[in-house]
Amino acid sequence: MTEIMTEKTEDLKIEAPIVEKYKLQTRDVNVYYGDFQAIKDVSMNIKPRSITAFIGPSGCGKSTFLRLFNRMNDYIEDFKMEGKIKIDDNNIYKNKIQLEQLRKDVGMVFQKPNPFPKSIFENVAYGLKIQGIKDKKLIADRVEKALVQADLWNEVKDNLNKSALTLSGGQQQRLCIARTLAVEPSIILMDEPTSALDPISTAKIEELIHHLKKDYTIIIVTHNMQQASRISDYTAFFYMGELIEFDKTKKIFTNPEKKRTENYITGRFG
Amino acid sequence: MINIEEQRAVLSKSGEEMLNLVHKQVQLAYEAFTSFDTDLAEEVILKEKRVNSLDIRIEKDADQFIALNCPVAIDLRFALALLKINYNLERIGDQAFDIANHTIDLNQKLVPELVERMQFNLMFETLESMFKDVITAYTEENLKVARKVFKKDKIINKINEKAFDIVAEDAVKNPELIRQYLMALVVMKKFEKVGDLLKNISESIIYFIDAEILKHKKKK
Repeated sequence: MTEIMTEKTEDLKIEAPIVEKYKLQTRDVNVYYGDFQAIKDVSMNIKPRSITAFIGPSGCGKSTFLRLFNRMNDYIEDFKMEGKIKIDDNNIYKNKIQLEQLRKDVGMVFQKPNPFPKSIFENVAYGLKIQGIKDKKLIADRVEKALVQADLWNEVKDNLNKSALTLSGGQQQRLCIARTLAVEPSIILMDEPTSALDPISTAKIEELIHHLKKDYTIIIVTHNMQQASRISDYTAFFYMGELIEFDKTKKIFTNPEKKRTENYITGRFG
Repeated sequence: MINIEEQRAVLSKSGEEMLNLVHKQVQLAYEAFTSFDTDLAEEVILKEKRVNSLDIRIEKDADQFIALNCPVAIDLRFALALLKINYNLERIGDQAFDIANHTIDLNQKLVPELVERMQFNLMFETLESMFKDVITAYTEENLKVARKVFKKDKIINKINEKAFDIVAEDAVKNPELIRQYLMALVVMKKFEKVGDLLKNISESIIYFIDAEILKHKKKK
C-alpha cells in the first residue's frame, strides 16, 4: 500500500508505456453502441492489489468501461470496441481468449444482491461445480474460505443449508462476494455494490473491500463520493465517455487538477 | 447557487467581519498606547468580548459546515483555512487587548523621542499595509497580494530586533525612564507578534486558493 501510494502520479498517466507492473492496462479504448460513442479514447493503468474507484454522473460511461474488463458488454446489440485491454499482459479482446477463464479471473459484484434460489452453501459452491470440480472436501474448504474472506462465515456457518434468500440484503451482498471469491479471481469488479444497502451493511462491505485489497485488484463504480474517498487508492472521473482525470484519491479529493473534476466532486454539477 | 455555496458565502462573510473587527482593535490599541488615551484602551478591552464571541460563532459554524456537508477539494480547504484564520485573528485580538491593558498599567504617555527612535510609526504603517493585503487577498482570493505579506513581516521583525539595542543603549543614559523603556519593548513585541499572525493568515489564504502548504517552509 505504502509503496503504491508513494509512487509518482506520472506512472498512472496514459503516456506511460505498457509494462508488466500493472495488473490491467487499457490503451485508446473507444466503445460504440451503434452510432453512439459511449467511451472515448480511454487509456489507463491499474496497479495490482489496489482499489480504483470510477466516478462520474449517470450515463458518463463508467459502468460500460468497467464491464469491458470481463467482456460483459459483448452481449449488447451493436456493441463495438476499439483499442487494447490487457490483463497481466494478455490482450483480453483477442479472438482466441477463453471467456470462461476470463470470467473466473475477473469476478463481478452487482448493484443488487443476486443470490441463486439455492442454499447458502450451493450459492458459493456454484462456480466451482461449473468448473467441473467434484472433490467434496475441496469444495467445502473453498466455500468456508470464501465465506470467511467475505466476513460472513460466523453468521451462517450453522445454517449453510438454509436458502440464501432468507439472508438480509447486506448478508446477501456478502454472499455474492463470497461466490465471486470462491473461484479465486485476481480482479474483482464492483458496480455500485452498496447502493441498495443500509449504512451498517455498507460499512461492512467497505471494510471487507479494504481487507480484500491485500489479495485482489478491485475496481468499483460508485455514485457515493464519500465512499470513493474512503475506500479507494485511485479515482478515475469520467464525463460524457471521456476520462477527465485519473489520479490518487487523496489528490482528487483535496486538489484535483481539472476544474470539471472539482465541480463534480463538490456537487456543483452532475 | 447551491446550498454549499450559500453556506460558504455566509461563513466567508463572518471571516471578513472578524478580520475587520480585529483590524480595528489593533488600530485603537496603537492609538491608545502611543497617545496615552485610556478611553480608547478601555474601548479595546470592552470590544475583546465581541472578538471572543465572534471567534466561537465562526468555529461552531465551520464545524457544522464540515459535519453537514462533508466538503472536499476547495470547499474543504476553505473550511480548514477559515478555522486557522479565525484562530490567528483571535490571537491578534488578544495582542490588542494586552496592549490596551499595558497602556492603562503604564499610566503615562511615552516620551515622543522614544516612540520615534523605536520606529513605532513605521511598524504600525507596515502592519496597516499587511492588514490591507490580507483583507484584499481574503475577499478577492488573490494569491499575489497574499504573498506580499511575507516581505512586510520581515520589516516588522527588523524593527523589533533594532528596538532591543536602542533600549539597551538609551536606558543607561535615562534611568528615570526605565519603566517606559521596558513597557515599550513589551508592546513592541506584541506588535511584532501581530505581524507573525498576519503572516500565518496569509499562508492559510494561499492554502485555500492554491492548496499549497507554506507552513515551516523556508525560502531557498
